[in-house]
Amino acid sequence: MKAKHFFPGLLMVAAIGAASLSAPMGHTQAAPPAAAQPHVDQYKSAKKAPMDDEGTRVFAQNCSRCHRTPDGFSPRISGTIVRHMRVRANLSAHDEQVLMKYFNQ
Amino acid sequence: MREAAKFGLMLLRFLNPIKLREASIAIAIAVVMMLCGARSAEAQDTPLLSGGVAFLTSTPGGNTTYQPLIEPLVALPIGQRLMIESRAVLLESFSPSANGYQHSHFVGLTYLQGDYLATPHLTLVGGSFILPFGTYNERLSPVWINNFQDGPLIVGLGLLSTGTGVGGELRGSAIQTSKYSFDYVGWFSARSGNMQFNSERSFGGRGSLYLPEQRLEIGASYDRSLQGTQENFYGIHAWWEPKDEGFRLRSEYALGQHAQGYWVETDYRTSAFGGLDSWVGRFEPLFRMQQTFRRDTVVSDGVPLVNTQRADFGLDYNLPHNTRILSSYSRQFSSTGDENIWETGIVYRFLFPAWKGKGL
Repeated sequence: MKAKHFFPGLLMVAAIGAASLSAPMGHTQAAPPAAAQPHVDQYKSAKKAPMDDEGTRVFAQNCSRCHRTPDGFSPRISGTIVRHMRVRANLSAHDEQVLMKYFNQ
Repeated sequence: MREAAKFGLMLLRFLNPIKLREASIAIAIAVVMMLCGARSAEAQDTPLLSGGVAFLTSTPGGNTTYQPLIEPLVALPIGQRLMIESRAVLLESFSPSANGYQHSHFVGLTYLQGDYLATPHLTLVGGSFILPFGTYNERLSPVWINNFQDGPLIVGLGLLSTGTGVGGELRGSAIQTSKYSFDYVGWFSARSGNMQFNSERSFGGRGSLYLPEQRLEIGASYDRSLQGTQENFYGIHAWWEPKDEGFRLRSEYALGQHAQGYWVETDYRTSAFGGLDSWVGRFEPLFRMQQTFRRDTVVSDGVPLVNTQRADFGLDYNLPHNTRILSSYSRQFSSTGDENIWETGIVYRFLFPAWKGKGL
């Protein structure tokens, strides 16, 4: 098979494969996505914060778009992380505040 | 006094100009850290130290290269609106030669910039910054983020040989509603021949539209080199990440004066077998398709000199504690010869305060 036929075919197979893999997932939400979990709790007390929908949304839409959720980080640097994300991900001031509240839960 | 002057002269001879420049950068960063340390120790804006440590192997055409590397990132907030941030890379490369293995090393700053949050919609950036052309250079190039070890074949298009600019950026979120948001970056770079801050005189910008309901981002980039043979580069990108489905699609197309090309990358993690943190959920299959097309053979952009097609098949494993195992197999087709490329690696991402603060 010539390379010029091989690659479009490969792309098509990959697209179909990806679509078939992702389709059933809408019905099998066995666990919340990684982004839905608070991630500063590693250094905090055992207190579990309630989910903050807007914070979860901002995190999933901005931070998780590029990288996986870190396992945990110190609350002492949450403000620095948010400011870094404000610049790198072009967050609005509103989303910056929401993200900060989300980290502080 | 005379002895002290003698010692000073000896020191200057020992430190060549390059080392002096590096030393002055380190001293400047240390001074800034000391200045902002006292104030931020009690707050949540303690300076942070992040980055990645990796050990990578690459086997193109049967020859294996080993590469241990560290990519540290430091972010230092100053007051309510300022921040200084920088990323560096330190790597050692062991590659095969006629007499066994030879090694080389590289140490360099990727960027060193100051950010000023001017208004809710505008941030001013000054210094040495990563060129925001397309998405790969600014978002995916850190070793702890990229799914594959190596960048796309078209990564050189639009990056003006250095990938960084020395000058300023205007950036921010222009508009945001529940239905859509639009963000922008505009930048200008001066010419710099400094070893650590090398850049071309150039300007450019990028705009991205994000649709949160569809989880779809589309954007366009443009930049122009203003020195030597002036060239334009154009890019478009599309990212799609359906909500709660563990599937991501990222793609980019770039067009330069002498070459063009695209890449499409997909990755997937399932939560169907006990969640993302189950042993099955930690697997992450990847696929990336790339093609490049030469318009002529003028070497200016790092894109292969003949039309090239490449498929990358990867399987990453996300271990606990921010550690990832990367593996991939690539098959590359070109008129100069087809090639198999095997790559493996392990990457640890660290993220902690630069020093122990009070409170919290």
